[in-house]
Amino acid sequence: MSITPVRPSSPDEVQQLLRDTQTTVLPHGGHTKNALSTPPQAVTPLDMRGLSGILEYDPSEYTFTALAGTLVSEVQSTLAENGQYLPCDPPFGTQGATLGGTIASGLSSSGRYRYGGVRDFLIGVRFVDGGGRLVVGGGKVVKNSAGFDFPKLLVGSLGRLAVLVEVTFKVFPSTEAQATLRIDYPTIETAVDALQRAGGSTLDMQALDLEVPSTLVIRVGGVAAGLRGRIDRVHSFLERDGEVLLDDQNYWSQNGEFQWRPSSSALVKVPLIPSIIPSLERSLSDLPIVRRYSVGGNVAWLSPADEGAFGILAGVLKKHQLRGLRICSWEAGLTPNSDAPLFCGQPPLDEVFAERVRSALDPQQRFLELV
Amino acid sequence: MSDERFVQELTRVYPANRLLVRRAELAPYESDALTGFRARPCAVVLPETADEVIETVRLCHTARVPFLARGSGTSLSGGSLPIDDGLVIGLNRLNRILKLDPENRIAVVEPGTVNLAVSHAAAPYQLYYAPDPSSQSVCTIGGNVAFNSGGAHCLKYGMTANHVLGMKVVLPDGEVVELGGGSLESVGPDYTGIFVGSEGLFGVALEITLRLLPKPETYRTLLAAYDSLEAAGDAVARVVASGLLPGAMEIMDRLAIEAAEAAVSAGYPRDVAALLIVELEGLTEEVEAEYARLERVIEESGAGEVRVAQDDDERMTIWKGRKSAFSAVGRLSPDYIVQDGVVPRGRLGEALSEIERLGRKAGLRVANVFHAGDGNLHPLILYDGREAGALERAEELAGHILRLCIRMGGSITGEHGVGMEKRDYLPEMFGPTDMDAMTDLRSAIDPFQLSNRGKMFPQGEAPALKFYGPHPLEKEGRISRE
Repeated sequence: MSITPVRPSSPDEVQQLLRDTQTTVLPHGGHTKNALSTPPQAVTPLDMRGLSGILEYDPSEYTFTALAGTLVSEVQSTLAENGQYLPCDPPFGTQGATLGGTIASGLSSSGRYRYGGVRDFLIGVRFVDGGGRLVVGGGKVVKNSAGFDFPKLLVGSLGRLAVLVEVTFKVFPSTEAQATLRIDYPTIETAVDALQRAGGSTLDMQALDLEVPSTLVIRVGGVAAGLRGRIDRVHSFLERDGEVLLDDQNYWSQNGEFQWRPSSSALVKVPLIPSIIPSLERSLSDLPIVRRYSVGGNVAWLSPADEGAFGILAGVLKKHQLRGLRICSWEAGLTPNSDAPLFCGQPPLDEVFAERVRSALDPQQRFLELV
Repeated sequence: MSDERFVQELTRVYPANRLLVRRAELAPYESDALTGFRARPCAVVLPETADEVIETVRLCHTARVPFLARGSGTSLSGGSLPIDDGLVIGLNRLNRILKLDPENRIAVVEPGTVNLAVSHAAAPYQLYYAPDPSSQSVCTIGGNVAFNSGGAHCLKYGMTANHVLGMKVVLPDGEVVELGGGSLESVGPDYTGIFVGSEGLFGVALEITLRLLPKPETYRTLLAAYDSLEAAGDAVARVVASGLLPGAMEIMDRLAIEAAEAAVSAGYPRDVAALLIVELEGLTEEVEAEYARLERVIEESGAGEVRVAQDDDERMTIWKGRKSAFSAVGRLSPDYIVQDGVVPRGRLGEALSEIERLGRKAGLRVANVFHAGDGNLHPLILYDGREAGALERAEELAGHILRLCIRMGGSITGEHGVGMEKRDYLPEMFGPTDMDAMTDLRSAIDPFQLSNRGKMFPQGEAPALKFYGPHPLEKEGRISRE
């Protein structure tokens, strides 16, 4: 059976499709996270880029509403023109990531350290569930606790619970001036120790990452007048000097595109806590897996070179009681390993709850399973 | 199963001093901080372990007895109002901090842990727990989780949901699951996120993993007086437009100022129409640079008297007036209702004049104390419950204010939750399909509607008996309505 891709241009068409179809569907945006967006055989891809555009944006409200297929880059430049930004720092913007794909994949990059991730800045959604219902959740004001928090549920739902059609985010004023410090440490243990001390300090950083093998990367920022003082404070707090990048835009935009990993390799996201990093590093050090730790040591980005390395990684994660999500696969094409499970490592303990949620939103199983 | 037999089953789990059945023992549990309502449970149990809670929920499920898990009963929306003839699970004895991990900046706590106790435990490590509802010295984390509680610092730091990373939960049929974890990041749907704010309808959180933040190095707290509420609202808009992101921006109106002064002598300027509190916090160098900008903005906004807290004591005095304002206003009137609707920040002025007009029309006084930074109103409707028809008039006015918030594109609740009080208004904010989806989710998780039945959704049981007067804890000045 040949599957015709569908490109809806209105929420109505998405509803119609979900009501009429007998097949399984998988929504996608710019395919920047191809392990998540590539449909297995006999699954209808739903190209959401036809639902694009900012619908409401009043800078004084610190919110905007856009269709789910809107490009992250379009939003970023509109916000920047008004001195604002998306503090959750969505990755893959220049490669064509959409708002919907960012939410469904639950991805934030290093800049989310300061104020929070996608879950903290998504405040409202309209989505089509498996039965074709168009449902509103959350709201359009920055503070709201009425009804169940569907926006949060759909963060990380991978297009497996609903199709997002419209989203509302909270935004913040841009940081006036920023700079980045790269500080080398002799071992991973000393680097993690410094990372934890910096994280528990009053330094108020924009980003706190760890480059393997053992370089701490700290972004500071605020009003321009205070920038020099901020840099000095980091040095004196850590009692260690490092390289200072006063023009650091390039460094962070390349980081947001994961350009540190070899282009042919995969990408796996692993949530963790900083104290685990040294022992995980010992398990990974001899493997062909390029890696970086981000968000103050709360996430590992792991890039196994091939299927073999991925298999070993799954075992390592299980040993450390960690769970990973495959974001990108090896090939750049549209059908890489599309039947392989997305999650690896430690199984979750939320399955009973997950199944009840799924049965409410997708009783006829129009979406793929969350495995 | 009959009530007697169900209670008999409970005696196998609880000794007599932790299973309350006598009328006098049940009385303190009949209401919460929404004082207009009360209901009588069949019994109250006081578990001391998570296993006892699980066992209790399983017994309720088998016997199909609805239950309410509650902490200190400070809910302003009637969220911890018992279910008539249902069971109350009092969680205050599950108040252990199970793990404090300053290196990874997380704390794992039991649901009966008092909000402020978390910050106290974290203080030696220069860390704190950010959400700060006004009742934080008595309210519990379990209740904060159920109602996604807020406080004065939500614009910058978010609500409870933004600070809960994971939890262990007993679902309404006794199944135990673990949602989320200890990391700031996660993979898969954010089940923790939808559990928070589900108003007790999805079961009982047994262990909650919280994120801790480093305490800001410096605070700068400024108090500015204005000759109109509108001018104060305009000042907030100017602060926002200047690119500053204050930790808190609060406004009090004349009635609220007078009451706060009478109650705690905060030293606020007298005879002014509105007070604005703006607080900056962070790294010293940064705050100083930001403060210079804030001073200019406030000067240009036409403020009368402007004061800056010179030390921590002065800062606490400014906040004491603000945080006690609601119970203080309560002194001006035997009874009051407080709403917590939200409007877009740009429409604050319009909303306040409309509330004033509606109050005049209803012949009721309304005081205003609100989180201006996020458009979260707190109109306080004063009435005398002994006067025939006064409560009804107050409720009618409250309804008009909620509808005003909906019309302006806002929300019926910013931080108190829907609970019992606003359940009839949820379908006015959301459409029938949205309500269906929420109902389906609730039914999938709790098909017999045992867990906190009658809250959030309309067509629950008939309203409970009306009752007048402030909550006993409020009379003692231990809780306030924010």
